[in-house]
Amino acid sequence: MQSNAQLEYDYSVVKLFTFSTILFGIIGMLVGVIIAFQLAFPELSNLAGEYGTFGRLRPLHTNGVAFGFTVSGIFATWYYVGQRTLKMSLNESKFLMTVAKLHFWLYFITILLAVVTLITGFTTSKEYAELEWPLDLLVVVWWVLWGVAMFGMIGMRRERTIYVSTWYYMSSFLAVAMLFLFNNMEVPTMFWANGAPSSAMHSISMYAGTNDALVQWWYGHNAVAFVFTTPIIGMIYYFLPKESGQNVFSYKLSVLAFWGLMFVYLWAGGHHLIYSTVPDWMQTMGSAMSVVLILPSWGSAINMLLTMKGEWGQLQTSPLIKFMIMASTFYMLSTIEGPIQAIKSVNAIAHFTDWIPGHVHDGTLGWVGFMIMASIFHMAPRMFKREIYSKKLMETQFWIQTVGIVLYFTSMWIAGITQGMMWRAYDEYGSLLYSFIDTVTVLHPYYTLRGLGGLFYLIGFLLFAFNIFKTMTSGRVLDKEPANASPMAS
Amino acid sequence: MFHWLEQRPFFFAVMLFLTVAFAGFIEIVPDFAKASQPTVGTKPKTVLQLAGRQVYIKDSCNACHSQLIRPFKSETDRYGMYSLSGEYAYDRPFLWGSKRTGPDLHRVGNYRTTDWHENHMMSPSDVVPGSIMPKYPHMFTNSADVATAYANANTQKSVFGVPYDKKGMPKLGSWEDAKAQALEDAKKIAADMKNQSVKDAVAKGEVPEIVALIAYLNSLK
Repeated sequence: MQSNAQLEYDYSVVKLFTFSTILFGIIGMLVGVIIAFQLAFPELSNLAGEYGTFGRLRPLHTNGVAFGFTVSGIFATWYYVGQRTLKMSLNESKFLMTVAKLHFWLYFITILLAVVTLITGFTTSKEYAELEWPLDLLVVVWWVLWGVAMFGMIGMRRERTIYVSTWYYMSSFLAVAMLFLFNNMEVPTMFWANGAPSSAMHSISMYAGTNDALVQWWYGHNAVAFVFTTPIIGMIYYFLPKESGQNVFSYKLSVLAFWGLMFVYLWAGGHHLIYSTVPDWMQTMGSAMSVVLILPSWGSAINMLLTMKGEWGQLQTSPLIKFMIMASTFYMLSTIEGPIQAIKSVNAIAHFTDWIPGHVHDGTLGWVGFMIMASIFHMAPRMFKREIYSKKLMETQFWIQTVGIVLYFTSMWIAGITQGMMWRAYDEYGSLLYSFIDTVTVLHPYYTLRGLGGLFYLIGFLLFAFNIFKTMTSGRVLDKEPANASPMAS
Repeated sequence: MFHWLEQRPFFFAVMLFLTVAFAGFIEIVPDFAKASQPTVGTKPKTVLQLAGRQVYIKDSCNACHSQLIRPFKSETDRYGMYSLSGEYAYDRPFLWGSKRTGPDLHRVGNYRTTDWHENHMMSPSDVVPGSIMPKYPHMFTNSADVATAYANANTQKSVFGVPYDKKGMPKLGSWEDAKAQALEDAKKIAADMKNQSVKDAVAKGEVPEIVALIAYLNSLK
């Protein structure tokens, strides 16, 4: 193919992953709303016997939204952004096309198996690493397939310089591979059953106690980094400039923020273990590095906001730009809130309370969710060759979800700080002022509000799914690919 | 240098990996051996207790309950002595949890009894009015997986050198020995319980999940 000819990008794998993003998004968020209401109305926990308790559903929610929704979104956008920024098409290589398709199907089967095994109680208990060893092996296979596809595509590139987005996707691939392997080192116990009819699914961790906790949060924190942060930054570096037609504000800031983030992020894992039994120097290190982390995080966020310099009018006319700017803003909120919670004296109050899920959700709902949906909105007219079905619906979705997020994190701020302060309150005689149950019943209104916030977000997500479905099936057909602003029917 | 790297994906990836991996190496390696030493008096769990620990994990009790008492007066007043690293030396996996929707359980064996747990697991809000914990009637009918608990213990012994069968430590022996021992331990727990179907099951040689779970919770001290 001549380099000046128009490349025909292949979106078949992008479409598959877009489909699973929406499917797992609906499942994961629905379960999230259910468990949120279970805390406000505990009768809801006993509607489906052992399969409907908070304990069984919570891992389903976290795995569903992290490894179902978000990871699907990452793969969908990678196969889109990768082809375009590397100037190559998947249909130029039968091998890579097969790898990418296999990647999708193995991934899809794994997540379906995850749903079944988690709800039936097969879990290692380690957060975001709950899947038992046979599923872990499957994850390794499709993660490697993603790597083969990624480096294969890079190998075939026509554009010599690797674009910022690819740096971030590459970092996700490498870091998650390392973290996942080390944290999931486990020994299947059936090989030492000594004749006992034991379960083939069961395994125990290679590490014990404090060491296990250390490895787990080194993983847990950085799963946040390399699933919920870096690939999403990769998305905004591509989709915001593309949609707005603006150049990225600063190359130097991109470089600084990227390498800074890569160096600092791993250190911060220790902030999950403050006042625990891990060595003190590590807790302090985790705390200090979390504060340093503000710099590279805000570096990329500011780089994105400044990309809109002089073009802020677009915020009024395009809901797509609105989603992305709001995402970037929530990213800034989340990355200032995290360091605050990592300060030792604040952590003493915040740890173990609802402020933590509150913090997680302004990041995931506001930043990850908005950015993935915005990316799909941008890709839809290009991969389906149709106009976005409804701009009005996008506007409605934007506001419903924004209100939902605000309800979510404000209620959890209040709940968390209330509970943290009540746990440590003493009366004038030096005895604890509240029994534990007092600190639970007081949270009822906030749990209800949080459930409502989640429900708003879910409704918004269903509107999104409907809008994409209608775009796919009945959007006005486009005769040529839009350059920048995505066309949308009012 | 950066521009040079950006045109050479292989070196870019190597550089990237080193930058990312560096922190983990510095943080995890130095204290790894030290942190795995047990405190004097810490014993591995018996097979029945391990079976209960598996029930605890199966129903993700750790999603709402921590097992980590921080060194604050308000915590030691509420839950007892703050947690020490060596107390966790045999915990595979660790069960510190990250959220206290319910109270900490690291020393729950010091202040709750078998019959308290029996009533509470059947209907938490009858024991603690206002409780938002789910009811767990299925634990009274499901059988605990003692065989897997044995495999678990034997893996700890064979692979990680956990001192089962040593002087003053829990006995493991063969699967038949361990099964008999677990049942005997279960009978002691069931003797303090009121639920007739649980008592009947234990008399027939079965171990309901609730019995194993209570054995585990009682061992948390």
